[in-house]
Amino acid sequence: MDAFLASLFSIAFHGLAYGMILYAISVGLSVTMGLMGFVNLAHGVFAMAGGYLMYTVMDRLGLPWLPALVVACVIVALGSMVLERLLYARLYKAGELEQVLFTIGLIFVAVALARLAYGTLPLAAPLPDYMKGQTEVFGRSFPTYRVVVIAVSAVLTAVLWFGVERTRWGAMVRAAVDNRAMAQAVGINTGVLFTLTFALGSGLAAFGGALGADLIAITPTYPFEQLVYFLVVVAIGGLGTLRGPFLGALFIGIGDTACKYWVPEFGAFFIFVATMAILLWRPQGLLGRAQ
Amino acid sequence: MTGSTATAIGYAGSARLRWLELAPWLVAAALYFFAPTYLPLGSYILIMILFALSLDLILGYGGIVTLGHSAYFGFGAYVAGVFAIRMSGDPLLGLAVAAIAAGLLGLATGAVILRTHGLALLMLTLAITSILFEVANKWTTVTGGTDGLHSVPIQPILGMFRFDMFGKVAFLYCLVVVAACWWLVRTIVRSPFGVALAGTRENDVRMHAIGAPVYRRRLAAYTISTSLAGTAGALLTQTTQFAGLSVLGVELSGEILVMLVLGGVRRIYGAFVGPGVYIAAKDYLAQQSPEYWYLGIGILLIFIVMFARGGILGLLDRALARLKKARA
Repeated sequence: MDAFLASLFSIAFHGLAYGMILYAISVGLSVTMGLMGFVNLAHGVFAMAGGYLMYTVMDRLGLPWLPALVVACVIVALGSMVLERLLYARLYKAGELEQVLFTIGLIFVAVALARLAYGTLPLAAPLPDYMKGQTEVFGRSFPTYRVVVIAVSAVLTAVLWFGVERTRWGAMVRAAVDNRAMAQAVGINTGVLFTLTFALGSGLAAFGGALGADLIAITPTYPFEQLVYFLVVVAIGGLGTLRGPFLGALFIGIGDTACKYWVPEFGAFFIFVATMAILLWRPQGLLGRAQ
Repeated sequence: MTGSTATAIGYAGSARLRWLELAPWLVAAALYFFAPTYLPLGSYILIMILFALSLDLILGYGGIVTLGHSAYFGFGAYVAGVFAIRMSGDPLLGLAVAAIAAGLLGLATGAVILRTHGLALLMLTLAITSILFEVANKWTTVTGGTDGLHSVPIQPILGMFRFDMFGKVAFLYCLVVVAACWWLVRTIVRSPFGVALAGTRENDVRMHAIGAPVYRRRLAAYTISTSLAGTAGALLTQTTQFAGLSVLGVELSGEILVMLVLGGVRRIYGAFVGPGVYIAAKDYLAQQSPEYWYLGIGILLIFIVMFARGGILGLLDRALARLKKARA
């Protein structure tokens, strides 16, 4: 019984760490898809870029861990703004197929560039010493790195939720998600709003990718391999919401960890069956609003 | 679409066979007689043409954006393999069984997923092919797991034509099957059913308003398309005597989408040009450096979406129209 309880704790903890990373990466996808109705399959590219850039910044510039993480996120956010203005913005009014194809093309380019620059082996920025040991939480010992992942993501999530629920910018974003034409009519510059939100979402993805590099290995095929997970989180959570993907990420994070622990022979089976069941029950996602 | 787009195919166009429509088959014949060493690659291209053609029916004409069409291709491939190993090695029987099985799977899954739209539909198609991938991966006693099904036994076609090691019979076999399916799709998109299907793509609210059974039309098209995809998968198993995990999953779904769009959506012959160019280029480039292949195909895709929505055939159309204008 005690062993079972210990395994339950362990699954909840590791699942939580994985889920938090999934959330950090996917929440930007949820907002941009909800805001612009853009099917952005290339979202994982920003997460991968965050991981690789953090490695480069630490390796070449010799910055410590935390500043390197921040620098990587800022670079990715700025880079995504350029991409958004130059390419994405031209396709907001295009059909679903065009958006899917364009973002697949973007993934191909990113995969090729990553392979040329970093090779095919997984890379991760080295963890500082203070994150390598174990930490006591509630009388149990957990890996410090994962505790940090959970804590930092929780703080970030709180800031994000506060920002969207309580600030002027958040009100503008929510207004634009609800009714873009009306938001435009009352004088909100939706173009600028889109660009800034897109940059924020990409920056968050970079944050998740870089912080979670020891949980989800950074390889050139990252955007393809992880894409399904990000999409699943957003789809079952609900587009254009903050809480939906949080629920989805925790569900997938803990469910996937539990499956790997108890029934490893089923692999990723659980995730896809659960996704199908949830989408057939609520096509708009758990917390999404019916159209 | 203006009247000058000569290759646009649809109800409005004439049903008579134009000379240009014979071009793919002339190319195939030329390949057979003049480049026999490329026949195995040619068979593979023919199979992908059929797969792309099946996708064109639901994506181009039906407007159903899917990332899971490999589910039916792979299902057909595995059914043909398992059937040949456990029941009978007769290729035509195996082909029929695989086509029916894939069609039934398409009917069952389509009946559920076609009730949704947009992202939910995209995710459901993705989930279906991912689930099948996991099943094929884990159910090792039947599917062989990661090893796949090896040395699938295939008897001579009609008891007369044995598959030879140069792939001549396999090529002709693929050619005949693909030609038959091409004729079927060509007939479908010109039929009243094809027009109703195009209507559901362009404006399903109006189609509802005039009393058309939108859901049933889409489901029928989905079933036909999945059956054709299964046929293509079965052809692959039979001609290579192998079925492995690469016939399922998101990657192949994405690849066939790219091939179709490269050639041109909603014009039937895009499904011929796209796979031909894509596979030939990949065969040449990917051996030399996979990085540049990915880079090239990625940039090409972005270019097509930004500047050339009609794919290669769309570009040709535009060039021809400009030429005609310059002459006039």
